[in-house]
Amino acid sequence: MRLRSRRARRAGLNVLGVLVALVTLFPILWMVSTAFKPAGEIYSLTPHPLPAHPTLGNFRSVIDGKVIGLPYWNFLKNSLFVTLVSVIASTLIALLAAIAVARFKFRFRTSYLIMLLIVQMLPQQAMVIALFLDFRSLGLLDNLAGLILVYTAFSLPVTIWMLRNFVAAVPREMEEAAAIDGAGPMRIFWRILLPLVAPGLVATSVFAFIFAWNEFIFALTFLGTDTAKYTLPIYVTYFYGRGTVDWGSIMAASTLFTIPVMAFFLIVQRRMTNGLVTGAAVKG
Amino acid sequence: MVRTVSGPPGRIPGPEDPASPAGRPGHRGPAPRDVSSAQQRAAVFIRRHHLTPYVLLLPSAVAIGLLLFWPTVQIAEFSFQNYGLPQVAGQAPTQWVGGANFSAILSDPEFWLSLRISLIFAAVVVPLTLLTGTLVGLLLNRLGPKMSAFVSSTAMLAWATPAVSASVIFIWLTDPDGGVVDWTLSKMPSWLGGGAHWAGFSWTNAPLPAYTLLTALVVWQGFPFVAVAVLAGLKTIPAELHEAARVDGGGSWRIFWRVTYPLLKPIFLVLLLLSIIWDFGVFTQAYLVTGELGNRDEYNLGIYAYDRAFTMPPSYGVGSALALILTVILLIITIGYVRASVRQGATR
Repeated sequence: MRLRSRRARRAGLNVLGVLVALVTLFPILWMVSTAFKPAGEIYSLTPHPLPAHPTLGNFRSVIDGKVIGLPYWNFLKNSLFVTLVSVIASTLIALLAAIAVARFKFRFRTSYLIMLLIVQMLPQQAMVIALFLDFRSLGLLDNLAGLILVYTAFSLPVTIWMLRNFVAAVPREMEEAAAIDGAGPMRIFWRILLPLVAPGLVATSVFAFIFAWNEFIFALTFLGTDTAKYTLPIYVTYFYGRGTVDWGSIMAASTLFTIPVMAFFLIVQRRMTNGLVTGAAVKG
Repeated sequence: MVRTVSGPPGRIPGPEDPASPAGRPGHRGPAPRDVSSAQQRAAVFIRRHHLTPYVLLLPSAVAIGLLLFWPTVQIAEFSFQNYGLPQVAGQAPTQWVGGANFSAILSDPEFWLSLRISLIFAAVVVPLTLLTGTLVGLLLNRLGPKMSAFVSSTAMLAWATPAVSASVIFIWLTDPDGGVVDWTLSKMPSWLGGGAHWAGFSWTNAPLPAYTLLTALVVWQGFPFVAVAVLAGLKTIPAELHEAARVDGGGSWRIFWRVTYPLLKPIFLVLLLLSIIWDFGVFTQAYLVTGELGNRDEYNLGIYAYDRAFTMPPSYGVGSALALILTVILLIITIGYVRASVRQGATR
């Protein structure tokens, strides 16, 4: 009797779990399924969850650049360039800062950490006004270098906080033992700290990657009318709101844009949540 | 010896050459002698004055100072100036106009509308996100390991969906011409609120439907973070506590409020403040759902500031004043967030 009720409850919970998963997945599945539907099915009077006659036509028109006049690769290249350079830069800068706040006691240490918490909450739609005017006079508008600068700096508060926890988790005793054995600071850094912090570096770079890959406000404001410089988020919205909306192409472009982020996210899922929860938002 | 990174005399891992192999004997490059000794002297100076942490912080401090801190100061400055198109073009000088931008804003009904929209949106979405996230977190905690991993992976996918993609997906789902939401609502029985009048219903042309759509979108993207944080908190509560409460005859509802909630209160406080900050300042999704500027009765505060600053004729002064108001409101909430984080020992 007791066993049966427990089994029933477990089944009930599982049904609930499947329901939550389905509701959560539905928008993503709908995006992918629309991307594979021919136009007749997209605008059909009775929508079906799966394409009856799947087609690659939407992807082909996106990749060939039918709508915007430039192939997909152009925008993928822009996004990859901006993202990779800013990820490398911000991870390196954050590692140095993380070592400072995790390994040294100095004045302003706590103030610096609190300052990071505060600046990461500053609204980007406010700062973009001033940065637009600054970059205008510096000739950094319509320029991917400007975006790289912004993305590097804006991901620093969170990446420093995340990396700080990974650096702090490396036992000091290991470094002390190496120092007693006569290893210099650089040797300790390369041989002990870096290998042990490497998983943290991966998680942190993934965060910086997602931030730069997804970023919309600055790209929208800085890239203006120079279509060839667009990054993928601007490219995806370019389709939308321009006369007749071709949802097949938008969903295909959006799928191509979204899948890499999701793959990354799932690969480092556990690290990501640990890092975000203990590093950036909740230390509990 | 505690300061393990600053060790015996020698090179410190400075920001100038993080990849320098100089620390490895036998890999020293053919650097000119005087440069190397100058570097050594600098290293000794840094060590003697305990400057190593400051040197390590320098690159991040410069980047954050120039690209985050300075623009915020500039916003405050511009908001007291008549910064517009002639000033940018250099045809007229920038002048201090005192509080003129602010008095114009305070008597501007569009500002009050946008502020009201931001406030109401946060007041609706924050509780919804926290409630959904907490319920899913509690569910994840009670599912078996495989099922829990499956459900949290799907939540992770919603979280991972970029704001731009999520926005275009939800706009497509609710499109009056072929969208699946209108179709479903039109097929639903009338006692559930459905009916033929839903066919072709436009969700983005009026404030209330647009913000209903935006609510669904932001809750969908926001609940996984709450669920994961709550789950992480639940895992820290010893199972015996819940078992003891259950043996004492407590129902799930009572156990949550008497055991779980008090223990997770610090996490909930931080999640609450973070959600307020994010939802009050939501930009990308709101910008896209309300149709990329133009529908002025659908602006929230951030979009209104952006519109005044950039839509022709641009008024960077008024836009900055609005942006400053947004920034100050968010900073006040941020102070609460920082205090809650520090109280939990986050900066230790």
